[in-house]
Amino acid sequence: MRNTLAIAKKELNNYFVSPVAYVVTAAFLVLCGLLFSLSLNFYREASMRSIFYNMPIILVLLSPALTMRLLAEESRSGTIELLLTAPVRDWEVVLGKFLGALGLLLAMLALTLLYVVILLAYGNPDRGPLLSGYLGIILLGGATLSIGVLTSSLTQNQIVAAILAFVGLLVLWLSGGVGNFFGGSALGSIFSYLDLTQHYNDFANGLIDSSNVLYYLSLIVACLFLASKSLETRRWS
Amino acid sequence: MIQVENLTKYYGPHPAIQDVTFQVKKGEVLGFLGPNAAGKTTTMRILTGFMPPTSGTARVAGYDVFADSIEVRRRIGYMPETIPLYPEMAVRDYLGFFAEIRGLDQKDRRVDRAMEICSVGDRADTLIGKLSKGYQQRVGLAQALLHDPEVLILDEPTVGLDPKQIIEVRELIKGLGGERTVILSTHILPEVSQTCNRVVIINEGRVVAEDTTERLTNRLQGAERIFLKVQAPSPRVAALLGKTPGVLSVEPKGDGGFEIECALGSEPRPKLASAVVQAGYGLLELRPVGMSLEEIFLKLTSNEEA
Repeated sequence: MRNTLAIAKKELNNYFVSPVAYVVTAAFLVLCGLLFSLSLNFYREASMRSIFYNMPIILVLLSPALTMRLLAEESRSGTIELLLTAPVRDWEVVLGKFLGALGLLLAMLALTLLYVVILLAYGNPDRGPLLSGYLGIILLGGATLSIGVLTSSLTQNQIVAAILAFVGLLVLWLSGGVGNFFGGSALGSIFSYLDLTQHYNDFANGLIDSSNVLYYLSLIVACLFLASKSLETRRWS
Repeated sequence: MIQVENLTKYYGPHPAIQDVTFQVKKGEVLGFLGPNAAGKTTTMRILTGFMPPTSGTARVAGYDVFADSIEVRRRIGYMPETIPLYPEMAVRDYLGFFAEIRGLDQKDRRVDRAMEICSVGDRADTLIGKLSKGYQQRVGLAQALLHDPEVLILDEPTVGLDPKQIIEVRELIKGLGGERTVILSTHILPEVSQTCNRVVIINEGRVVAEDTTERLTNRLQGAERIFLKVQAPSPRVAALLGKTPGVLSVEPKGDGGFEIECALGSEPRPKLASAVVQAGYGLLELRPVGMSLEEIFLKLTSNEEA
């Protein structure tokens, strides 16, 4: 665990010595700020629903930028050889990378707490949906990041890793539509279940459903498992 | 300390190494010698647990490199051929990171000590990307030494350095032997004779020779050779030398010099000297000629191809 956290810490520090963290954070805050102020002025409602509802598209756009370098750059530059010959297991490397990216996402989310402070100071927001909304963002964000970690493990090229992550995320996003196409059949319900955003909307509405929590957690575990297998496969080639 | 048995690794249908077998005793510095693409890096990557072999076994300190990979990795310090560095990290942070993922206690002390051994302390807070190649090489070595490993595996540690840095790194490696077991790969021959106790020569994925540096030289000679130079060159000198007991052949080298091949242990030098002097030719030079590692290497690797 200690070495996992060491890797996470290094990745988190790394974001701040490259422009990536600043660009992504700035983009994130601009989008959130726009949504927040527009909806506050328009609806006069003390809630963060506009941010919560639009979070899936923001995360799908931004998270591949956070994850694309994680493993791809290590294998391009050859530093992967040191990581994989250090007494660290493959899954610890993958988990560390994931936690580093998640750390940055949490830092970005922490900045949006300013909106919560504003709402609490000048209005009387419903606190339940705020909490569940943030939980939903963290779970959805974890899922989008884990998909990015997986695609980053598949290639040495950061751009390829990002594009693969986009495609993966969009396919999961659209799988609800595919489910509708197949109607009520078993296949249809599988595709509907896989829908990335369908499980998220309840959180935004203030509902914490354990099946939704389970969906995101299993997606994260599955992606990280596949990523560590992909590292292992690289050893055999 | 290290036992390698029948190690074979295929990349697709192509064998990178075949039936590689050798041993390294504790405290030895082993030179792993071979032309480029002979399979040196592959062997080292298997030893460090980076990739598993197709067949065969390798054990480091009694642990199998595949089955007990983590135990092996704890005991090995590894410097790959292209030094993997994070250019955006400072030297101290880079070493600190590897100390942390190795789970070392007294992290700061160990980082300071590794920097001191490799003389990179004066650049501790410089970003690695801004360092010269020589410094980067030594940072790579410091990384390999961080955890005070029993076994050190260095893949071409002096490649890309200037002559002064090469000497420094060789001295450093020499100083590491004795307490640590070192495997050092290279295709530069003087490096082996200067730093290593023992040599494994590998060519086209197979071990073609394994012995101590001196014994390898002796064994391959088969005969002793002597260089002799006289003041007044004359064809009769060759005939005179040829008649001396123990001499197998005489080859004129021009300018009064002759290379004489003689039977092992016959020691004909006193007789050669007196024969030349008595005939009045004026002896200028008389010395044994050793076969250099370079010649041995060429002989072995070209024999293999034939």
